[in-house]
Amino acid sequence: MTEHHHHITLPDGSIEKQTTTLNVGPTHPATHGVFQNIMELDGERVVSTEQTVGYIHRAFEKLAERRPLYQVTPITDRLNYCSSPINNMGWHLTCEKLLGVETPKRVDYLRVIIMELARISDHLICNSIVGVDTGAYTGFLYVMQYRELIYEIYEEVCGSRLTTNIGRIGGFERNFTNTAFTKLEKFLKEYPKVLKEFEGLFTRNRIFMERTIGGGAISAERALNYGFTGPNLRAAGVDYDVRVHSPYSSYEDFQFDIPVGKTGDNYDRFLVRNQEMWQSLSIIEQAYQKIQAFKGAEAEIYHADVPEYYLPKKEDVYTKMEALIWHFKIIMGEVDMPKGEVYKAVEGGNGELGFYLISDGGRTPFRLHFRRPCFIYYQAYPELIKGGMLSDAIVTMSSLNLIAGELDA
Amino acid sequence: MAIDNQYIQIKLTEKFGDLVFNFEDSYGMLSFEAPKEQNLKVLQYLYDEPTLGFQFLTDLCAVNYPDDKGRELAVVYHLHNLQTNTRIRFKVFTSIENTDVFTASKLFSAADWMERETFDFYGVNFVGHHNLKRILNVDEMDYFPLRKEFPLEDQTRIDKDDEMFGRG
Amino acid sequence: MSRPVRFNIHPIEAKISDAIGNAPAPEGYGGDGFFTARLSDVVGLARKNSLWPLPFATSCCGIEFMGTMGSHYDLSRFGSERVGFSPRQCDLLMVMGTIAKKMGPVLKQVYLQMAEPRWVIAVGACASSGGIFDTYSVLQGIDQVIPVDVYVPGCPPRPEAILDGFMKIQDLVGQESIRRRNGEQYKALLNGYGIE
Repeated sequence: MTEHHHHITLPDGSIEKQTTTLNVGPTHPATHGVFQNIMELDGERVVSTEQTVGYIHRAFEKLAERRPLYQVTPITDRLNYCSSPINNMGWHLTCEKLLGVETPKRVDYLRVIIMELARISDHLICNSIVGVDTGAYTGFLYVMQYRELIYEIYEEVCGSRLTTNIGRIGGFERNFTNTAFTKLEKFLKEYPKVLKEFEGLFTRNRIFMERTIGGGAISAERALNYGFTGPNLRAAGVDYDVRVHSPYSSYEDFQFDIPVGKTGDNYDRFLVRNQEMWQSLSIIEQAYQKIQAFKGAEAEIYHADVPEYYLPKKEDVYTKMEALIWHFKIIMGEVDMPKGEVYKAVEGGNGELGFYLISDGGRTPFRLHFRRPCFIYYQAYPELIKGGMLSDAIVTMSSLNLIAGELDA
Repeated sequence: MAIDNQYIQIKLTEKFGDLVFNFEDSYGMLSFEAPKEQNLKVLQYLYDEPTLGFQFLTDLCAVNYPDDKGRELAVVYHLHNLQTNTRIRFKVFTSIENTDVFTASKLFSAADWMERETFDFYGVNFVGHHNLKRILNVDEMDYFPLRKEFPLEDQTRIDKDDEMFGRG
Repeated sequence: MSRPVRFNIHPIEAKISDAIGNAPAPEGYGGDGFFTARLSDVVGLARKNSLWPLPFATSCCGIEFMGTMGSHYDLSRFGSERVGFSPRQCDLLMVMGTIAKKMGPVLKQVYLQMAEPRWVIAVGACASSGGIFDTYSVLQGIDQVIPVDVYVPGCPPRPEAILDGFMKIQDLVGQESIRRRNGEQYKALLNGYGIE
């Protein structure tokens, strides 16, 4: 055998090619959601990435065109399912704006409590997952246990844990029970200790800092151009918060700070979220005090007095004529809907969650568009990770708080 | 302090004359319309004019009005001036036969995917977009599902009887 | 207002000796230093107490699975703390969340990559039937692309329900004959899904 043999035949051009193509997703353990990225790597550095989304596109907007206003609430649950109550409340507020419903102060404060609890559980998941991706599983397992405390409160208020469908147009379906308040007190007592310990595990942890500082950074100008909102924008140094700029549900009655970062990197995003949890705790405490200050009949109010939009109590429907009539009218779409276009935004767990509702006077929305914050800011991902390490790209993804259900609508 | 809606209207009319019209106050937000050929000029003016400064694109979506002949599709921009905290809504209408609208993605990076989504749902052809293809649906899809003429449900499914779901 | 249904009004005080136990031995004949039983039973016993789940979590139900896996509900009590993400090493595909049509082929690919014996559990209404999303983009139940062993209802199911579904799978695994996967019936089932 004098002939020279190659072991493998290489395709043309493969020797000259300096980069590797790597497919991450759509079901990759590190992506925490169904996102696909086809990355071009030079060694371990990311040269470019091509994103594919839509792996759980569920046609929310088309579905909403078929449903009366009160039936759209369950769809909003499934947008950002880490903080469903905020989405529910945002939807109720949008309807109330369209219908011209004024809610009593006590309802506003109860809503604030629920929304801030949701914010805490949202940030908690996001930050603990950042921990998981930097190699610290402990934090995640530790705080998951305390997220249950929040879920127990939801359960006491509306009967459900995750996809809450909480509240109604005009208020809540029923008053908060004493158990709910007891559970809230328990949460307020136990949670600060937990959060402090959670922070202790990470914020000054050398490994965590090395992994997150400088990774996935974005400047304030680029962030604004990309339509960033929420904690991600605030981490880049812009103090925009819907709760302060266009207060809804009486947020103007509360004292709280907007934490902002400087660099817009993974570490700052983490710190901003942690700080926001402390602010949320303080808001909940203030709201609880305000609620306790109500006396007499005022202390029992849990919905606005709008029988034409607020579904009556089920017991009353069976026993009282008036309730039966209103129930029939609402369910059968006999109530006149105003025509008009409304845009209402709330500060969701990961940014400005907007509802653009067009009503043509029919019982269902003519068009409902959700401004989904993470759909908008996920576009910036290739720019954020370019030139960085592959393992940092994973941390960047989790620190952006991407929720596939919201992103893909 | 928010900019007065009246002031925005005066500034726009000064600059564009009859090309901006249908001004209305919808629940406190100024809403107006322009011909679709003018959309970039209007957006650019709103962006550059120092007393207006609408430099944040909050939202971009389309609406289908099947009964409005020649104006079946509307592209709606929600803009925000974060410094003065003012929001406005700006619309352009297009016919369903020729859906060309200029892309805003050069001005706002955020518009990139929102325009792709709008194309995916309504088939609005954003002229000048660098990568206009479907984003949420599969590439093989041959219709624009959010147009009013198309049904919500998948017509090929066999296990769900419309009668039983009250849709017969 | 009192709630109409209350569960667990008189919880039984747990004894630590009850909490730790051995898996019950299969039926068989034993004596000094030996034990005979059906091979199927012994294999089933081993398999069912060390299932390696592959979580295919796409949406809301995945968040509830995080709760199930976490310290409060603790899936590892059932011998499956080893949650794997490689289809090659896992026995149980847990599909949690909506599967869109775009995702269908990916799901099937993951199923095909798993080695036999493999089981599938559809967690939640979407995976079982499409749930509330009877829309153009959503697959109306994953059983249109892969065979399913256990369905867990709920939107999303509570962690207890997921655990219950998991225990149902354990029962199936424990009772399965070791010859089933070579049988004609099983081949016909797979052929029904276009899997050779």
